[in-house]
Amino acid sequence: MEPIVEMIGIRKEFPGIVANDDVNLQLLKGEIHAVLGENGAGKSTLMSILFGLYQPEAGRILVRGREVRIQNPNVANDLKIGMVHQHFKLVHNFTVTENIILGLEPMVGLGALDTKKAAARIREMSTRYGLNVDPDARIEEITVGMQQRVEILKMLYRNAEILIFDEPTSVLTPQEIHELMGILKGLVREGRSILLITHKLKEIKEVADRCTVLRRGRVVGTVTVADTTEARMAEMMVGRKVSFAVDKAPAKPGAVTLEIRNLSVMGNRKVLGLRDFSLEVRKGEIVGVAGVDGNGQAELVEALTGMRRAESGQVLLNGTDITADSVRQRIRKGIAHIPEDRHKHGLVLDYSLEDNMILELYDQPPFARRGLLDREAIRPYAEKILSDFDVRSGKGVDSNARDLSGGNQQKAIVGREIELDPEVLIAVQPTRGLDVGAIEYIHRRLVEQRDGGKAVLLVSLELDEIQNLSDRIAVLFRGERMGLLEASATDENEIGLLMAGVQGKGGAA
Amino acid sequence: MLRIARKEDMTGLRAVGVRIAAVLLALLASGLLILAMGYDPREVVRVMWSGMRTLKALASMIRIAIPLAMAALAVSIAFTMKFWNIGAEGQILMGAFAATAISSVLPEGTPGALRILLMALAGLAGGALWALPPALFRAAFRTNETLLTLMFNYIAIRWVEYLRCQLWKDPAAMGFPQIAPIPESAHLPQLLGVHIGWILVLVLAFLQWVFLRRTKKGFEVRVVGESEKTARYAGMTVGRVLLFGVLLSGALAGLTGMVKLNGTAFVLAERLAGGDGFTAIIIAWLSNLSAPVILVVAFLFAAMKQGAGWMEGLAGIPSALADTVQGLILFFALGSEFFIRYRIILESRHRTERKEAHP
Amino acid sequence: MTDTTPLMVLAVFLASAVRYSMPLLVGTLGETVTERSGHLNLGVEGMMLMGGAAGFVTAIRTDSLVLSLLAAMGGAIAGALFYAVLTVTFRANQVVTGLALTLFGAGVANTVGKGAVHASTPPHIQAFFAWQPLRPDLSAIESVPVLGPAAVFLRTVLLEYNIYVYMAVLLAVVLSLLLHRTRLGLHLRVVGENPASADASGIRVAATRYGAILVGGALCGLAGLYLPLVHNGTWVENITGGRGWIVVALVIFVRWSPLRAMLGALLFGALEIIGFKLQGFPQLAGNPLFSQYIIGMYPYIITVIVLVANSARKKGGWRGPGALGLPYFREER
Repeated sequence: MEPIVEMIGIRKEFPGIVANDDVNLQLLKGEIHAVLGENGAGKSTLMSILFGLYQPEAGRILVRGREVRIQNPNVANDLKIGMVHQHFKLVHNFTVTENIILGLEPMVGLGALDTKKAAARIREMSTRYGLNVDPDARIEEITVGMQQRVEILKMLYRNAEILIFDEPTSVLTPQEIHELMGILKGLVREGRSILLITHKLKEIKEVADRCTVLRRGRVVGTVTVADTTEARMAEMMVGRKVSFAVDKAPAKPGAVTLEIRNLSVMGNRKVLGLRDFSLEVRKGEIVGVAGVDGNGQAELVEALTGMRRAESGQVLLNGTDITADSVRQRIRKGIAHIPEDRHKHGLVLDYSLEDNMILELYDQPPFARRGLLDREAIRPYAEKILSDFDVRSGKGVDSNARDLSGGNQQKAIVGREIELDPEVLIAVQPTRGLDVGAIEYIHRRLVEQRDGGKAVLLVSLELDEIQNLSDRIAVLFRGERMGLLEASATDENEIGLLMAGVQGKGGAA
Repeated sequence: MLRIARKEDMTGLRAVGVRIAAVLLALLASGLLILAMGYDPREVVRVMWSGMRTLKALASMIRIAIPLAMAALAVSIAFTMKFWNIGAEGQILMGAFAATAISSVLPEGTPGALRILLMALAGLAGGALWALPPALFRAAFRTNETLLTLMFNYIAIRWVEYLRCQLWKDPAAMGFPQIAPIPESAHLPQLLGVHIGWILVLVLAFLQWVFLRRTKKGFEVRVVGESEKTARYAGMTVGRVLLFGVLLSGALAGLTGMVKLNGTAFVLAERLAGGDGFTAIIIAWLSNLSAPVILVVAFLFAAMKQGAGWMEGLAGIPSALADTVQGLILFFALGSEFFIRYRIILESRHRTERKEAHP
Repeated sequence: MTDTTPLMVLAVFLASAVRYSMPLLVGTLGETVTERSGHLNLGVEGMMLMGGAAGFVTAIRTDSLVLSLLAAMGGAIAGALFYAVLTVTFRANQVVTGLALTLFGAGVANTVGKGAVHASTPPHIQAFFAWQPLRPDLSAIESVPVLGPAAVFLRTVLLEYNIYVYMAVLLAVVLSLLLHRTRLGLHLRVVGENPASADASGIRVAATRYGAILVGGALCGLAGLYLPLVHNGTWVENITGGRGWIVVALVIFVRWSPLRAMLGALLFGALEIIGFKLQGFPQLAGNPLFSQYIIGMYPYIITVIVLVANSARKKGGWRGPGALGLPYFREER
């Protein structure tokens, strides 16, 4: 097989970091080539360069043996390069057809659109590849999995031969992941070539022929997937041996701290996003909530923290009903919350760490007296959190949150929440987008909280994280609890089936 | 080839440098534009300066600057919350309207100080109430507050016009459509040649500064402005904070109307605000929402307005030229923000070409 | 046939409303194009003034209608260009930039227009706009009962306009087709709805936005020119008198649709004159709701109601261009 794409000596800088440094990558015709790396390793940047979204500072790109300058996505298009972005680039109130033909519209007469013809062609292609997409549906009406297939159709509509998939499985159910893998294999059989960006080793093992590993913007190496192991690839990705298991002693659960009784919560689409959900979290245990994104996790967390009203059911903290309490009252009573999105929720990015560390306490003595803030009290408090939780920042508490790395931002949030000395710690995706070092650190601190006798509720989309940290595991599917499992007595297979809605032995207890 | 990238925070001093450079460039551009429109920029400067250098002119400039600064302080509070209140114009008018209304029902013998106090309270209430509906709709439905407050300006203007021409038309004005002036006892007392509004402005500027930086409520206002989601996460009631901040903003604008009424205009008319509510937005923006800077910028704008008046009277140069210059300064200042926040990278093609030469 | 029968009073009123609606309609079409690309340009008033002053001064200096039209568009485009550079390329705040444009435009226009305050539209241009190209001669049937008055009524309402009116209506139809039936329109809508999608599909976001803002400006310039050149026949300071802000309101009122813009502009145009007309009815004189000043509020009040209703709807439905007011920057991270 001959190379269809060669990227040679690619360098790309962003303010403060080098995202790609002398990166070489070779994609062979007809292969599935995985690009593996931790968050921030430069995978997406590299692919955006190939797709013409970013311009590299240095380096060359050869497509089908000819040197090219890919100045914008149109050039990529002409080179038959297509990309499915991690966050889909679809216009929500447009139809599938309108989205697919965008930029390549069939015309009749003097510039009038011919959507009928396009719709027919899309329908035909959809059938041929078994994608089952309705060309006349509006994007906002179809599922996320379907939206992804629209993105795939969009590439095929452009006759793309080089297909880039950026973390395509992060939004899919195990079922949909399985289907996607089938689609990928089918596309390669037709002679197309695929670049698959991912940080999931299992998927690479399943479909990829070769794998290029990136670490901190540099290529660690390219391996043939059949000749290597997941452990070896993980080691290349992280730079040292990694054990995925978290060191922890068996839990010694105590009294029930958080009790959720038959909780139902409305979702954004005005239907119940969480139905009749019950769960107990005891002192000294970590209860994990597993599930594919969008199966009621957000509704559960927001109802527990008070950001969303419950339709029915109760939330009890140490036996007292807090269902009607405001966010602030719950914080005072001992509910701490590491939010899913540290940028949108957890921090004020353009504020100093000092201000960020008192977000929930600014109105309490000693930080506020008679309506005035007391900087003398705030500063040492913030400094203590930063040093206790090993938060590295350029200017200490005066640094803007924005200027910290993701790992340090998250450590600061974790520190702030733990410093509240809560009864219950609700951690949502606490390690999303972090490198392994930071993940390990945060996992240690969560286990430490458990061992210190706190109740911890862990909500995560990463099944590995749930399995490694939790003592018990609840599985969410379409807003309902599909099962409650002892972590030590279950396996990925069982959880996976429950996540897909297949009733297992755990039953809806 | 050009590329643009966000840059790390520029140090304060360099940022100030960029802004000053922008203003100088704007003045240069203004000169060229004035020349293009057939006037001599040197003459313009000379005439404007002649209208500024007397003590009397200074007093007049301060009188102009007072409402500008007050209204700018008002909008800066809303802007801190990213609530784009461009309704100061209407809030000023409704403040003055409320003050006039209170004054008209007070008995004739009411002591001046009491009358002024009550009128000030009415001004605060009038402005706040006029800001209330946009704030409520924004809090409840996320209705675009820019457009709402804009509409409310024109409703206020028409309302006062209606009062002047019909409902409150002063029979003593001999058919001339005019509202009865406020009694002389309600005129603000003078101090050092200017009505005491100037002291009020200084106090308000200090209070605004303390409020935003040193108080609990101010902290909430700032967090809501930076990120509503974070505010909600941290347990703040965003709607209530928003409402509080906007009412405060509206109240200050309303008070501005009362100060204008009792300090200089003495009679309510739809021209009372005279664009101050819009100019205030520009001043607040140019000042980066900082209270002390607002005082300085408001004074500069007042000086320009004062000079423009002289221009028209003395040399027959249209005073509208001053608007042109202010607009240009704002354009350049807006553009300069970009150079403070981003850096432009000139792609050196040579580097890649050299590499190609020696593979 | 006199103009005093109730039917003819109505016909004359409607025709008058149509004439008053013209600057509103053309301005609304312009601002609709701009906003569809995702940019809220509050500088309509400024651009209308710049266009009006440039076009009118050119008309009286050169006596040429063509040059006047070009100058009106050029003057307003110059203003729009400031806005485009600042908001598209420099990512400045759109609200503040729009206000700056209003201030700047009024300043330039009133300075330039100073010399034209006592001038009037050149006679042959006046004649051109007095020409009613579609007016049929009805003298043959005018005296026929029922049919005659009906025909005259229809003629007054529909066919007694100058060419500007018909061009504006044609423009609305063309823009509507352009927006919904052509590639250019699709691109414009995507850029305003979701620029990241547009970018990934190879549509040039910045270029499209520049184009939309400049075209929007040109139309505002033509809207502004109508007032001194056609409607008033002379220049007065701040001739637009707040119509630019009505346009901003109208765009929301008609929910960014060029076709609905015709009805919206007609309604707001009617509200502009109905106050004067109602003064002829003494039985309404005492009622403040029919005071011409209170009626002057109605366009704004209606817009407020539409704005609130639009945002309060529970779900579904389109609430305007998704990216309206937001700058787009690809390499942000």
